[in-house]
Amino acid sequence: MSWTDVSPVTTVPDMALATRHKPPAAAESSPSVVRLLWRSTIGKKAVMAVTGLVMLAYLVAHMLGNLKIFFGPDDFNGYAHWLRTVGEPALGYEWLLWVVRVVLLAAVVLHGVAAYQLSRRDIAARPVGYAHRGGARRRSSFATRTMRWGGVILALFIVWHILDLTTLTVNPNAEAGHPYENVVASFSTWYGNTIYIVAMLALGLHLRHGFDAAARSLGVTSARAARGLRAGANTLALVLTVGFLAVPFAVMTGVVS
Amino acid sequence: MNAPHTDTGSTAAAAPVGAAGEAPAPAAADGDMALTLRIWRQAGPEEPGAMTTYRISGISPDMSFLDMLDTLNEQLIAEGDEPVAFDHDCREGICGACGVVINGDAHGPQPTTTCQLHMRHFDDGDTIDVEPWRASAFPVIRDLVVDRGSLDRIIGSGGYITAPTGSAPEAHATAVPKAAADDAFAHAECIGCGACVAACPNGAAMLFTAAKVVHLNVLPQGAPEREGRVLDMVDAMDEEGFGGCTQVGACATACPKGIPFQSIADMNREYLRAVRKGGRG
Amino acid sequence: MQDTTADPADAGWTTGEPLADTRAPEGPVAERWERRKFTAKLVNPANRRARTVIVVGTGLAGGAAGATLAEQGYHVVQFCYQDSPRRAHSIAAQGGINAAKNYRNDGDSVRRLFQDTVKGGDFRSRESNVHRLAEVSTQIIDQCVAQGVPFAREYGGLLDTRSFGGVQVSRTFYARGQTGQQLLLGAYQALSRQIAAGRVEMHERTEMLDLLVVDGRARGIVARDLVTGSIDTYLADAVVLATGGYGNVFHLSTNAKNSNATAIWRAHRRGALFANPCFTQIHPTCIPRAGDHQSKLTLMSESLRNDGRIWVPRTAGDHRPPQEIPEDERDYYLERAYPAFGNLVPRDIASRAAKNVCDEGRGVGPGGQGVYLDFTDAIERLGRAAVEQKYGNLFEMYERITDESPYETPMRIYPAIHYTMGGLWVDYDLQTTVPGLFAIGEANFSDHGANRLGASALMQGLADGYFILPSTLGDYLATLPRDLTPRSELGPDHPVVREVVGEVTNRLHALLVNPGDRSPESFQKQLGEVLWEHCGMARDAAGLRRALSEIPRLREEFWNRIRVPGSGEALNQSLEKAHRVSDYLELAELMCRDALHREESCGGHFRTESQTEGGEAERDDSRFQYVAAWEFTGEGKPPVLHREELEFQDVLPSRRSYA
Repeated sequence: MSWTDVSPVTTVPDMALATRHKPPAAAESSPSVVRLLWRSTIGKKAVMAVTGLVMLAYLVAHMLGNLKIFFGPDDFNGYAHWLRTVGEPALGYEWLLWVVRVVLLAAVVLHGVAAYQLSRRDIAARPVGYAHRGGARRRSSFATRTMRWGGVILALFIVWHILDLTTLTVNPNAEAGHPYENVVASFSTWYGNTIYIVAMLALGLHLRHGFDAAARSLGVTSARAARGLRAGANTLALVLTVGFLAVPFAVMTGVVS
Repeated sequence: MNAPHTDTGSTAAAAPVGAAGEAPAPAAADGDMALTLRIWRQAGPEEPGAMTTYRISGISPDMSFLDMLDTLNEQLIAEGDEPVAFDHDCREGICGACGVVINGDAHGPQPTTTCQLHMRHFDDGDTIDVEPWRASAFPVIRDLVVDRGSLDRIIGSGGYITAPTGSAPEAHATAVPKAAADDAFAHAECIGCGACVAACPNGAAMLFTAAKVVHLNVLPQGAPEREGRVLDMVDAMDEEGFGGCTQVGACATACPKGIPFQSIADMNREYLRAVRKGGRG
Repeated sequence: MQDTTADPADAGWTTGEPLADTRAPEGPVAERWERRKFTAKLVNPANRRARTVIVVGTGLAGGAAGATLAEQGYHVVQFCYQDSPRRAHSIAAQGGINAAKNYRNDGDSVRRLFQDTVKGGDFRSRESNVHRLAEVSTQIIDQCVAQGVPFAREYGGLLDTRSFGGVQVSRTFYARGQTGQQLLLGAYQALSRQIAAGRVEMHERTEMLDLLVVDGRARGIVARDLVTGSIDTYLADAVVLATGGYGNVFHLSTNAKNSNATAIWRAHRRGALFANPCFTQIHPTCIPRAGDHQSKLTLMSESLRNDGRIWVPRTAGDHRPPQEIPEDERDYYLERAYPAFGNLVPRDIASRAAKNVCDEGRGVGPGGQGVYLDFTDAIERLGRAAVEQKYGNLFEMYERITDESPYETPMRIYPAIHYTMGGLWVDYDLQTTVPGLFAIGEANFSDHGANRLGASALMQGLADGYFILPSTLGDYLATLPRDLTPRSELGPDHPVVREVVGEVTNRLHALLVNPGDRSPESFQKQLGEVLWEHCGMARDAAGLRRALSEIPRLREEFWNRIRVPGSGEALNQSLEKAHRVSDYLELAELMCRDALHREESCGGHFRTESQTEGGEAERDDSRFQYVAAWEFTGEGKPPVLHREELEFQDVLPSRRSYA
């Protein structure tokens, strides 16, 4: 049975209205999938989930690459150079790197804009709080409550991180083409370490809630999958945080110098 | 207790007893509690409101929370004050009319409706904060009464199966696997009280909407409208000014009917599926 | 028929013209509904939009009627006092809905359902109506399944059924212990669809306070917006009342706290006859009262009697905990007295039996007002899991309220007012004696006679709303005279409108300004005690006379001492309540009058003067085989009794025997 043909008295023209709030003809001519997604809370959440997972995949690769620093300057610098030449001669110098950068930029922007818009909506939907703060049955983990500020911290960190180790703008002792040395230089300052450590802890928390939430936003529903996701989220958060933090701690303790 | 009319005699004798009415009225002394209540009072939708403090005694642990509010109101009327307005009706936990935030929790400390919450879950001398549901989609009408019409409009946007009276096929024409029927029932139990919205830090109606989407979408009868239903209901939910889901889970904890948190992910899947299929099927 | 009642002047009523159901077709009972549908005039689909129908109430009957009439093309204007149509009290029905599907192959049929219902109603209902109800019952299940109502199903995917009090076949369809909720949500969703489509104009939080009767026809209502306090008139071509029963006149009942009689009582005052007001049903399985503070009783589904065994200690004053009372010192009194039906006897019998054992001092629990409903055997026989599957939510509810687990200690139950078979008199078309005013569901008197069988209320509400009213209302609208006063002339200056709005406003004003000292609740409670005592499970002439002298006094005291704080221009729940109580104070008197005049016992109406030696109800068919329809003549004035004689052609009256 379709929306339009069910009324017992189809001879009366306006009778079809009775069958559905928004008959397809009256709705805007079928919006594109992208517009459909972007205009609803659930769609925007799906966008955040997908972009989040893209960034997560990148972070896993990035973290593994970082660990090459433990093999010494030659290995690490060689790896950095390889990243720029990978795919040659089919691809040109740094082409793949730029593709990755563009994709990441798009992901960060979409993730951030969606988060901003959704947060605005969420705050507007609950303009008045409860006089009684906290309740015995209210449930939210620290990771859940810190998603928004954690996201802001990570966004600021990305800017810092690029200025520090890509453009080298804020890394006074840096020299282009010597990533190993630049990393060591960055982690030799107190503020470099502090910023990095705070950001990586924020990343861990963000992932801990975000990975699981992304899966739910994308409609992963079975109870078994849910348990697996919970464990996966915790593991990922831990491994990535530890993996990333290994480098500054190695520099600080002199293992890498 | 504060019966304002002790001179009428018969009102004090309690139990509805028949001819052999020698049964003593349950004692009202031992174990009774004295409480301090801080209740949100607001004279009208546009009026400012404030938490107001009341003291009440003689509260029996066997009273429901609403019996307790009734007792307070009788006391207020006796004192010439206006009683506290609160929504309530069936008092059996099924109509979904009642619902206040008690000490920060929607429906209070137990997983049930306010009318089914009993005072035995509080202690003598407690201070209890009572507030209305808070969400921009639930404007306060008076005191603890809010307007939940937004939930009805979500249902109207697609929370039904189009089956005009008289057009139904024989009930056994389509067998429904027991698992699907049970799943539908588990979600159809939603009473539309709005506790999920009140508990959600984002004022989201995701659990409410998901309950209806899943109830109807898992049934074969609901299949023809499956995509349109979820798209329209989510649209309506957004239009009403509810927030989005940040996977906090407070909704499911507050739900007096135990609608599973998982149903939100089910709705997300239904929604994305409908989007993939290009909208209203 | 001879009038053997004691001097009517003394009884406080007079006899008027007999009443006949002129709409009921002749012929074999099984063909009447078909015949009536065929003879009914139809409204041209193109003209339906121009016809406005007011529906008051959004329960099973009202919700189903509103949705169906809108689907047919009428312009429906609907009202409910609740904040949403989904909250009507049909939602609280637990057990199930009957239908003569015979899916169990256990000998059920339309004819058997018809017969069971006539017999269950103790031969005080109309054969035509009841047969129609049984016929329509099967369509209801089809309709609800199509709407997505999640009825319980077997593993094969087909619908499950169970048996229910008073019958020996398994014809009750159910959705766990929340059948009413699920059926109501089905109707509500259908209604919501029409509201969203603009075909039903829904007014929530709006309470009907009076009826507009112009030139002898119901043309609209006066209602108060409960949020703003605004008193408005709504005009229509027909008015349908689906406002439920009046059980709250007893104060303590299983009705929702705000369920009330105002709509039907005001319609009665405007000319609609009120039939059999004394036929009230006491439900045997409610949770006993815990204390004086309680203002509402909670029902436990009667389906519990399928597996639970009812007993009390054999000797009075035995206060041992139930587990310590040995088997041979227990009295399973229903199984003993009614071996064929056992714990499944009809509600009135089960209720009275409980009252009797409690009166003998064998009652259990606080105040001795309770009997045990024991699941020990069921748990042993079926296993705890199976019992949990069937009754889990009821057990949970019981434990939440009483703090006792029915898995470990027997439930305590006691009868309470639950349903009112009486209501506005309607003909076969469900039309009252005011043309254009229809009453459906519990608000009318029609199908249950003097006692309603379990799981039949949902059936009747939906039958009226989905199938019967939408067929018969069209006939009224199609035959409206051409010179009917147009709605445009019924403005605020029309004399009838001005008079009725004026009366409503004055009544509310009188409540608001009275310098009294008593709350509305205190009056309702006091009235309830009088009624429960004298017009409850057992009634006698002396008690009813006492009630008839007490009620007018209480009514006078009400108007002298009522205190309603606040204003009429805002949400004012005390004002709502006071107004409802003022109507209960009038209705209660009519109930007692009716109970006093009916000097027989039948169904829910038990006159202690009319019983067999064994203590069973004794009907008096020679004198009382009629519907008592009462006409209002003025406040405090003797009402006029119109009798509608009942004829039984298919199910011959016999003494109900469940032994």
